[in-house]
Amino acid sequence: MALTEASPPQSRRRSVVTGRRHIGELLFSGITGSTALVVLLIIFGLFYQLIASSWVSIEANRFNFIFGTEWNPARDQYGAAVFIVGTAITSISALILATTVAVLVALFLAEIAPSWIARPVGYMVELLAAIPSVVYGLWGIYVLGPFLAYAIGPMITSTLGAAIPFFDGVPRVTGLLPAIVVLTIMIVPTIMAVSRDVIAAVPGSQREAILALGATRWEMIRIVVLPYARSGVIGGAILGLARAVGETLAVTLVIGNRASLPDTLFSPTYTMSSVIANQFQEAGGEMHRAALLEVALVLLVMTFLINFIARLLVWRVTNGQRAVVVE
Amino acid sequence: MAPGTFRRRKIVNNMMVAIMGLAALLAVIPLVLIVFHVLVNGAGALSPSLLLEDPNAPGRPGGGIRNAIVGSAIMVGLGVAIGAPIAIGCGIFLAEYGQNRFGTMLRFLVDVLAGMPSITIGLFMYALVVLPNKQFMAIAGAVSLAIILLPIVARISEEMLLLVPRSLREAAYALGAPRWRIVLTIVLPTALPGIVTGLMLAISRIAGEAAPLLFTSLGNQFTSTDLLRPIDALPTRIFTYASGPFDYWHEQAWAMSLLLVLFILLFSLIVRAIAGAKVTVRQ
Repeated sequence: MALTEASPPQSRRRSVVTGRRHIGELLFSGITGSTALVVLLIIFGLFYQLIASSWVSIEANRFNFIFGTEWNPARDQYGAAVFIVGTAITSISALILATTVAVLVALFLAEIAPSWIARPVGYMVELLAAIPSVVYGLWGIYVLGPFLAYAIGPMITSTLGAAIPFFDGVPRVTGLLPAIVVLTIMIVPTIMAVSRDVIAAVPGSQREAILALGATRWEMIRIVVLPYARSGVIGGAILGLARAVGETLAVTLVIGNRASLPDTLFSPTYTMSSVIANQFQEAGGEMHRAALLEVALVLLVMTFLINFIARLLVWRVTNGQRAVVVE
Repeated sequence: MAPGTFRRRKIVNNMMVAIMGLAALLAVIPLVLIVFHVLVNGAGALSPSLLLEDPNAPGRPGGGIRNAIVGSAIMVGLGVAIGAPIAIGCGIFLAEYGQNRFGTMLRFLVDVLAGMPSITIGLFMYALVVLPNKQFMAIAGAVSLAIILLPIVARISEEMLLLVPRSLREAAYALGAPRWRIVLTIVLPTALPGIVTGLMLAISRIAGEAAPLLFTSLGNQFTSTDLLRPIDALPTRIFTYASGPFDYWHEQAWAMSLLLVLFILLFSLIVRAIAGAKVTVRQ
């Protein structure tokens, strides 16, 4: 750790001069320490509350909750597999698309573009992250959805659709495809920003060495930069995945909201977060509400694990200086 | 080496550079399009009555969104009032006492909290506050927003405090000042511009959050300032109007989006302009 504290010679809670414990010190470390404790309490409380309030459903549905595909509140059937699959398909597709674009952009900004291009472009991509989810959703149904349904959809069905049934179907304004595209746009900034910083952290001497051997820019990127930055880029991608998995309103507005497994790229379906957003307020029965809270619990555990892995990967590269970048 | 190899390598290089440039263009297009559509569709519905009136009964065109603006302002303000002191305290703790195993773990958990889906935070507050009291309330929404703000501001505060030159602390130590006075009177004031910047970024983030409010503050047809009652907010009203059946709802949803996006972009630009150092918040 480069920045260590400048501590006084003696134990930190004792006065330097008298060696006595300082009341001010105790108070200060106590107050700031208790605010830190709040964070622990919130995380513990999140898990505890969601487990406690969905316990009825956990007991009643057991593993059928994860593997069952029947979600019918009227008959008290709660199998959340459709939502889990919906979340998996949308966020993994978005992850693949977004990572491809984001890494290329990050390479362009860090290795190719002069700073008068790199700065504004990087800033604009980062601004994408600042636009609220619900605005993406609004844009998704009224602009992107129709464009995908009437312009892009027919192109997909007539080419790929002829060969693969999954790409055949009736393009709609809401469904799997717009959800994937919206999510992709939303997570590009996350992945791009992390990748760019990790790429910038590749030592210049490594680049100079291979350039001196006569490599082209691209060969330098492929042979030196990418392998060096790999685990950080993967970490950034997984952070993007976590964001896609938890994303709620944009997806709820564009995914079509139907509790059945998607059979084509254009089918309406549900994700875990969108079924909560869509059904929770109208959930009449206690069991329905508990089941939706259990969906939230599954979502929480999933994002927790994904985040855990991602942070570990990013941390290994950057030694914990991640949340803020100061240039 | 074959004579054609060098040319092939150059072509591959140029192709890849072109692809990277295209990717950059592709990544910028959505921002331009979203801002363009929000401007074009939102500007038409902006009017004084939109800002100054409560919504009409559903289906009757006209009316405004005063309730949502007031509600958002109250909940964001309250969220900052609750979240910022805790977050800054946590940042101070991490910077001052966090260079050990516990600090590393705490820092990690703060980052993990930052990655938790906002909708689960909303449901947490629902189960904790709304369900036992059988009442949706503004304060539950504000606390949800505070929980979202907390990890962002905590980490930024920590980084900003650690950036304060060591020589300043050492000078104060040499004068015999205790640590708490050094932090409160020297380190914290020096780091304050950076912390305020982080706070502003966090505000622009929570101002657009709707998911945690759906089940906590719920929404309200009328302007309300009662913290123990349901209250409206811009993002949740955009959500309702966007998925609703009426054309004038859609127009007002665009207008609200315009207000929200303008607020957030202006905030980001101001932060950018006043912050000498470049600071960005990550998910």
